[in-house]
Amino acid sequence: MSLPVQHLWLIPALPLAAAAVGALTPRSGRTLAAGAAIATMAGAFLLACLALGGALDFPAAHQVLNFAWFDLGATSLRLGLLLDPLTAFMCVMVTFVSLLIFIFSTGYMKADANAKQFFCFLSLFAAAMLGLIIANSLLLLFVCWELVGLASYLLIGFWFHKPAAAAAAKKAFITTRIGDLGFLLGLLWLQDAQGTLLFYDGGHGILESAALANLTHLLPCGLAASTAIGLLIFCGAIGKSGQFPLHVWLPDAMEGPTPVSALIHAATMVAAGVFLIARVYPLMAADQLLANVPVHALTVVAFIGAITALMGALIAVAQNDIKRILAFSTVSQLGYMMLAIGVGSWVAAIFHLLTHAFFKALLFLGAGSVIHAAHHEQDIRRLGGLRPKMKVTFATFAIGMMALSGVPFLFSGFWSKEAILHAAHGWEVSSLPFYAAVLGVVLTAFYMTRLVAEVFYGAPRSDEASHAHENSPAMTVPLVILAACSILFSLLAWPSPWLQHQLDPSAHSESGDMSLVLPSIVLVALGLGAGWAYYGRRPRTKAESPDPLDRYAPGLMAALANRLGFDELYAATVGRLSSGFATLAAFLEVFVWDGAVRFLAGLGELSGLVSRENDEAGFNAGFDAGSKTLRDTGVAYSKAQTGDAHGYLRTLALGFVLLLILVILGGAR
Amino acid sequence: MNALPCTIYVSFTGALLALAVGTRSAGAARIVALLTALTAWGLTLGAAVNFVPAAGLQELINAAWIPEFGIRYHLAADGISLTLLVLTGLAATAGVLFSWNITERTGEFFALYLALIGGVYGVFLSADAFALFVFYEIAIVPKYFLIAKWGSTNREYGAMKLVLYSFAGSALVLAGLLWAYAAGHATGFGFPELVAATGRLDLTQQTGILALVFLGFATLAGMFPLHTWAPTGHVAAPTAASMLLAGVVMKLGAYGCLRVALPLSPEAFHLLQPWIAWLAIIGIIYAGLVALVQDDFKFVIGYSSVSHMGFVLLGLAAANPVAVSGAVFQMFSHGVIAGLLFAVVGRMVYERTHTRQLADLRALPLHRLLPFAAVVFVLAGLASMGLPGFSGFPAELTILIGTWQTNPLWALAAATGVLIAAAFTLRAIQVSFFGRTGPDICVTPLESLPPITWPEKAGALLLLGATIYLGLSPDTLLDWIRPALQSPYFHAILSGGAS
Repeated sequence: MSLPVQHLWLIPALPLAAAAVGALTPRSGRTLAAGAAIATMAGAFLLACLALGGALDFPAAHQVLNFAWFDLGATSLRLGLLLDPLTAFMCVMVTFVSLLIFIFSTGYMKADANAKQFFCFLSLFAAAMLGLIIANSLLLLFVCWELVGLASYLLIGFWFHKPAAAAAAKKAFITTRIGDLGFLLGLLWLQDAQGTLLFYDGGHGILESAALANLTHLLPCGLAASTAIGLLIFCGAIGKSGQFPLHVWLPDAMEGPTPVSALIHAATMVAAGVFLIARVYPLMAADQLLANVPVHALTVVAFIGAITALMGALIAVAQNDIKRILAFSTVSQLGYMMLAIGVGSWVAAIFHLLTHAFFKALLFLGAGSVIHAAHHEQDIRRLGGLRPKMKVTFATFAIGMMALSGVPFLFSGFWSKEAILHAAHGWEVSSLPFYAAVLGVVLTAFYMTRLVAEVFYGAPRSDEASHAHENSPAMTVPLVILAACSILFSLLAWPSPWLQHQLDPSAHSESGDMSLVLPSIVLVALGLGAGWAYYGRRPRTKAESPDPLDRYAPGLMAALANRLGFDELYAATVGRLSSGFATLAAFLEVFVWDGAVRFLAGLGELSGLVSRENDEAGFNAGFDAGSKTLRDTGVAYSKAQTGDAHGYLRTLALGFVLLLILVILGGAR
Repeated sequence: MNALPCTIYVSFTGALLALAVGTRSAGAARIVALLTALTAWGLTLGAAVNFVPAAGLQELINAAWIPEFGIRYHLAADGISLTLLVLTGLAATAGVLFSWNITERTGEFFALYLALIGGVYGVFLSADAFALFVFYEIAIVPKYFLIAKWGSTNREYGAMKLVLYSFAGSALVLAGLLWAYAAGHATGFGFPELVAATGRLDLTQQTGILALVFLGFATLAGMFPLHTWAPTGHVAAPTAASMLLAGVVMKLGAYGCLRVALPLSPEAFHLLQPWIAWLAIIGIIYAGLVALVQDDFKFVIGYSSVSHMGFVLLGLAAANPVAVSGAVFQMFSHGVIAGLLFAVVGRMVYERTHTRQLADLRALPLHRLLPFAAVVFVLAGLASMGLPGFSGFPAELTILIGTWQTNPLWALAAATGVLIAAAFTLRAIQVSFFGRTGPDICVTPLESLPPITWPEKAGALLLLGATIYLGLSPDTLLDWIRPALQSPYFHAILSGGAS
């Protein structure tokens, strides 16, 4: 039994329905909202498993279902659904991890008055991510991409009564939207160049060879068209997946409730960028065969990934907030994934994305368990000694830590990281990313050892830590399940690269090559040993005691603790520039444009005034003078009007006599 | 379809009726206004149901009016007119619902309101430039009184500025049209006749005519730098009037640009095209930046309106079928979204808190006091940001796709406006409704505000429903608009735009 592509829409539709239920129930309906969210996500998980079964029957096929959204005349904007192993594996992972996070949330959000809204937003978040995964159209992917951004805004700012949370939500939304701008432009360009945005459409899709051949021409700037489009789309991934230089929102996103952090870091949000680039890999790689171009799209991806991987790991070393350490480790791991895609192995990237989703969800939920038990204390310097009190949390957290550090053989992270190192080692363009990745491996093992040692070993260093106790099964059972997955997943990769083969049957696989295994075991051991030497052997006794590393390089540690000053840099440049422009525009508005209007109005009034004066003094004066003469004449004549009838008669008679005389004299002549 | 001219007559009759019964009872005037708006809207929807898009421009009335000059009372409608007629009906109905609390001279208020609506219907139905011009003037006068009498902040200034801009704009239009008519020896004021008359002139004259007519109409559409009437006018106006101003009256200008100005001369348009496009782009970005630093809630929305109208003008300037159909779609979409935003700010918030200063609103736990308004404003804000699921997304996407075909650089520059829109909308949402928050908030009796009334809820749901429906199914409108743009009348201008 398998799920055909025609019914694939059910997978995001189920959580969407749960979101609607959550939105429409009253505030008291939290049980209903939570129940709907969990039940629909379980249903979606089952459907995703069925879809995976269907996809694995024909791993090389892209099953699609395309339909028009709206017509533009000559072309139309079409959407579509796509079922292939990449989609199916992602669906299974997202639904499974989300399901466990939802269950965990019922425990974590027990005391929150807005819990029903929380489950509504969580379902919306998962629905948008699932829609993004099953999209067979860059447009549908973009639509869901934006909805993922919206849901993350709502969830990061869920505790909007904390100013930091409200600011973090806004920062996440705006920062990722800067990247989305590039994505949008790439989308417009593709629509214009190809007339379609479908990935696969029986030979006409944008990822199929006929269309890709259209984009090999060179632009005036020397880049191939596909390089430019690919890099624009990559901007979106830089924003969403927290890559350098737009990584700044991701650590701040910790202000949301911890299950949200788990969801963002494991399953839904940051995975979207890596998934996007893996999905459009044929487009990104379309310029590989061109020799006379200044840069290939994938080369940029590889270097951005390498920078991010190293930078994230370095900053994580100097953080003290348990969630921030994990956040920067996510930044670093996402860098690894991008690096893998950049060096040509999107399969390794997706493999790492899947394994990382499980152990990062595990680590975040474990951190949530610690935070919940320690009354929202997140500073690792003020925790400590939790191992005997929280056995389940400790055991599962340790498994997650070993998976993330890449402890050999038993843990899934080792295999996926191994695949990435292997791919980076074989890259012909440059060996720098490989060395960055190697250094990152040591640092990862180091900071994770530090984290575990500070939180779970030594003595409790605050009241909160000393009163901590293990949480309810709603929270610990998901931890156990995720821990089991973090181990079991390694079976998929070892001894044969089954997963890689399913994802990309065409690729000739070299993952059986074990040449890098020994060196990487040494690297991990180095990191673990150093971490234990500094933090585990002599645990911190007081919360205030300085970090051992501060003694060696106080300046560097301070810079790292300050996250290399990116936030300050952006605040001083981009922030100030945009607010400067805004103030300038507002100034222009009031004083120039409105000023011009007022000036014209003033000019009108002035000319009115002048005209009036002119009227008064000129025309009117003449008129008045004329009138006066007339009136005077009238007055003068009116003196004749005496009203005396006899006088009139006398005058009449006199006149008559005079006339008579004149007539007589005239007649005589 | 043939009943469409009745929208004009119904509105004017309703205006007289509201005036008559308003002296006795305010309630009766409201009912009359609501029924009138609903009837006219119903007529447009009825026409929409039976509308055959492929039939092109459909004649409604064509009678001699002033035969000496060839002026005719000529009404006709195509898909573009129909889109805007339905918008007018929707905005008018919602506006009446949001004016339910007007108690001062209720009858006169609704009489002026309906007269304005009647004029707007007339403009969208006119197929004769002179008739269009007359209806356009009819629509301007009631605006002045609505603002000057029932407005708020600085209302005399706002009203006068708006009216002077409107008259200055229409003077330019009239001058341009008379130039074409006289110099080109036109036999009448029908649009094709004016186009033919303009075509008989040399390019310099054609350019002059096009520039005058376009500038005149674009003033009312809020084109930078002739936009300053819009924010002050919106802010000064009573809620229903701001809704109509942003929702419908600004569309009169854009409609005039498309229907009258652009087709006059394809050659002259080619000369002016980059200027128009860049002014539109500057308007998008500039107004967005200004909105980012406003202290008055309504000014934020006022400037966002100018920014969104920039997309309409850009779509028109790009002059290809995709971009122009997007522009018409955006006219509808913006009409609904801006109406909704003004309704929340002007009616739901201002008339309860009596302040629009963001600094004052920040001090109120508004999301607790007015949860319905908060939800509506968040949704309207998301729609205004162009988030998928709301009508703004397909509208702006279509405009950008079309603009890219004409000039990718324009699309690139305009797309930054989407980013700025997100910034100022999020700021407005956070400061206004979620400014003072915290678990410790207890709402004191002093702070409690009158609850949201049913007409407000009905109006908000009406507009929200429209923007969401069109966001999911944009074809509803685009199927009307596209065939209209394929008519020979638009052919010369729209085929020449793509390079």
